[in-house]
Amino acid sequence: MKTHSQASDIFNQDEPRVDWHDESLWFIRQKRDKAAFAIPEWENLRDIASQIKENVLANMDTYLLEFEEKAQQNGIQIHWAADAEEHNQLVLQILQKHGFKKMVKSKSMLTEECHLNPFLEKNGIEVIDTDLGERIVQLRNEPPSHIVLPAIHLKKQDVGDTFHEHLGTEKGASDPQYLTEAARQHLREKFIAADLALTGVNFAIAETGGFVVCTNEGNADMGAHLAKVHIACMGFEKIIPKAENLGVFLRLLARSATGQPVTTYSSHFQKPRAGQEMHVIIVDNGRSTQLGREDFRSSLKCIRCGACMNTCPVYRRSGGHSYHSAVAGPIGIILAPNLDMKKNKDLPFASTLCGSCTNVCPVKINIHEQIWKWRQEVINEGYAGFEKTQGIKLMNTVLSNPKIYRFAGKMGRQTMRFAPFLVNNSLNKWFKNREMPAPPKESFREWYLKNRNNNKNEQ
Amino acid sequence: MSSREKILSNIRQNRPKEEVALPTNIDFENFTDDKVQKFVAVLKSIGGEAVEADVDFIKKDISLYFSKTLKIINLYPNLEIIGEDIAQIKDAHDLALVDLAIIEGRMGVAENGSIWLDETCFGGHRVLPFITQHLIIVLKKENLVENMHKAYKNLKINEIGFGLFLAGPSKTADIEQSLVIGAHGARSLKVYLV
Amino acid sequence: MKVGLFIPCYIDQFYPQVGIATLEVLEKLGMDVSYPLNQTCCGQPMANSGFAGLTKGCNANFIENFKGIDYVVSPSGSCVLHIKEHLHSAENKEQAEFLQHQTFELCEFLTDILKVEKINATFEHRVGFHNSCHGQRMLGLSSMSEKVGERFSKPLSLLKQVKGLELAELNRNDECCGFGGTFCVTEEAVSVKMGKDRVADHLSKKVEYITGGDMSCLMHLEGILKRQKSEVKIIHIAEILNSK
Ligand code: SF4
Repeated sequence: MKTHSQASDIFNQDEPRVDWHDESLWFIRQKRDKAAFAIPEWENLRDIASQIKENVLANMDTYLLEFEEKAQQNGIQIHWAADAEEHNQLVLQILQKHGFKKMVKSKSMLTEECHLNPFLEKNGIEVIDTDLGERIVQLRNEPPSHIVLPAIHLKKQDVGDTFHEHLGTEKGASDPQYLTEAARQHLREKFIAADLALTGVNFAIAETGGFVVCTNEGNADMGAHLAKVHIACMGFEKIIPKAENLGVFLRLLARSATGQPVTTYSSHFQKPRAGQEMHVIIVDNGRSTQLGREDFRSSLKCIRCGACMNTCPVYRRSGGHSYHSAVAGPIGIILAPNLDMKKNKDLPFASTLCGSCTNVCPVKINIHEQIWKWRQEVINEGYAGFEKTQGIKLMNTVLSNPKIYRFAGKMGRQTMRFAPFLVNNSLNKWFKNREMPAPPKESFREWYLKNRNNNKNEQ
Repeated sequence: MSSREKILSNIRQNRPKEEVALPTNIDFENFTDDKVQKFVAVLKSIGGEAVEADVDFIKKDISLYFSKTLKIINLYPNLEIIGEDIAQIKDAHDLALVDLAIIEGRMGVAENGSIWLDETCFGGHRVLPFITQHLIIVLKKENLVENMHKAYKNLKINEIGFGLFLAGPSKTADIEQSLVIGAHGARSLKVYLV
Repeated sequence: MKVGLFIPCYIDQFYPQVGIATLEVLEKLGMDVSYPLNQTCCGQPMANSGFAGLTKGCNANFIENFKGIDYVVSPSGSCVLHIKEHLHSAENKEQAEFLQHQTFELCEFLTDILKVEKINATFEHRVGFHNSCHGQRMLGLSSMSEKVGERFSKPLSLLKQVKGLELAELNRNDECCGFGGTFCVTEEAVSVKMGKDRVADHLSKKVEYITGGDMSCLMHLEGILKRQKSEVKIIHIAEILNSK
């Protein structure tokens, strides 16, 4: 597996493509700004959304139990999965109980996190992702690169090639309208033929025992209302106390995500339709651990709008796949180390800590501060590597001791080796694409001693 | 210990112990725009169309755009449009060939151009507003509210089996961010405000 | 009013003229300014690399140096931020808290504490202003493009007082330049790309100078400009405010 920085290096070899990727996402960020600025109470709404979610974190168990009870009264079957493996098994069992071989699935980042597709395919189940972007990456055998825009890394020509190969569209055709129509026809067949539909959950409501799924394409509904069995999978943090809270979240979600005033379909599932079976799987998979990490628990407030990714200058120039994790971008950086710190130890360093993510987040997660804190965790757990640790320790010796500092500065200034951010002779990395400043004759301190010092200070 | 017990006990152990009050009764009374105008404008911006109309206008308008040979399901009583009888359709899959569905909306939200539809709007098939190629919704102007906070005050979610806010025709921008109308759901949405 | 000048290590070593300009601007405004001679670094380079645990030495040194001073002023939003957020001391808690509170970035000190409304400076050039993230988003030196609310900028309000200065409007007013401390070498490719894009925005607006309140960002942008053999120069805002 490549580290974020290695993968970004490769991504940046095609500079025009990086520009295109950056511009596409910046465009969405601008749409978000426009939508947000049209709501004078925007910052107020963010505060309220954040408070609701804080209340949820503090009452998680109560709300989940309330949800379970109400949902069961509504005729929904509730399952609990401690980890990804158990989640996948539960889905398989439901399929097998009915003897089903085909299912359609709408967007669910949770199932990406659990690697549900490969698991089911190994067990002889045909899984069709029905969100257009997800279908595209599925056909290409790639993971999504963005939680809201799964195929944002692809050009229409790439999609054209994929559809030509798999759906028989004309060779070289890359008109989005044409390709979308082809996907519509192809997926209609799949909807009609599917026995089971799996969807994600955007919000589960404790008070009513129902859940809400938001899409623009209508794929979740096409699947769920036609299939005999509907499974909805949710990380337990999707719970909210009351239906009226949706007023706050639905005003924020789509505006933050794409700049739309609301998603095309905000579907409230409350009871199965006559003759239908409805299941909800409530998944932990590390969330209860994260809940116990005081510095990081608020990452569980996330409503997966993707705004932090769109605004992230690093994400825009490194692409979602460089984060080697189901959720990329700033929110991915603070979620992934909880699941596997060793594997994801590079991610907290894939940020300049610019703070733009924190500013756009509709539920006010202090994302960049948590990134900073994950750096401390990663280092405290001893994942820095000998060389880096020695480099930083040396730097610290220099910078915390005035005499050594002055000596190192004098020596280093001329050879350009003095710069606190250049750890371990990484000067070459700086020089690859940049010059260093021309070294001045004297430091400020030396100037000051000559020009101002009236022996107020000892030397 | 079952996973349920395990998860719940981990949560109890790890959750923050300080209580944060749940904000309730949220509303923002700063809405000054005309609700009808706002609704029409917003719906237009998201690919739909809304016009103020009476029954005669609706009849004429529909006959202008939709020929009688199409497969139409009409659930709005006052239109005298004879279409398929949805009561005769037992299997929802048979709706796959419906060209136009005409239904009645329950409530409109001016700030985002969405319309609340519940189970009683679909003639017994939840999939109707999604599977139909084109969708027409008739909505009473008096049922427009300013924003989502007001909308939820009017709703009794726990009394329905299924319901949704529908905002415009189905769409996607998954290919290079170019907006395409007509992803999986209806290709067009027209709203008559009566 | 006793002002202690805090000159971050890389300004001390690479850009002494910025320290000089800061000192002179403050002196012209009648401040009693001193530069404690044993200062080194705020500790940010270590802390942001994940080694916050190591910065005790820097903290102690900082506290020791700025004893008996009313305000600490520094021409670096980034270092000021670090002091404000992370200056701790078990032995000297009170002094640490006092300094956290009394440390100011130069522009902020000028606009908020000294309430400067007329700067006696002339700079007849077209200039682009680079908002450093630490100065802007964390110290709140200006409003942010992400946040809904009133628009303001403390550094720009000062630049607008400079005679002859023409301010360019950028396409992306507050995008990060990609310096990011050790990020500039650990994530070399993205860092450089971000820097190039920032530079390109300024160049497209035909600026002669790129200015800002954080020398680290500017050093990174300068490195790119020089590599591109561009005529455009970088200049710290203190130098502009001190120009005649
Ligand atoms: S962290 Fe915030 S901005 Fe990022 S996806 Fe989650 S809710 Fe959206």
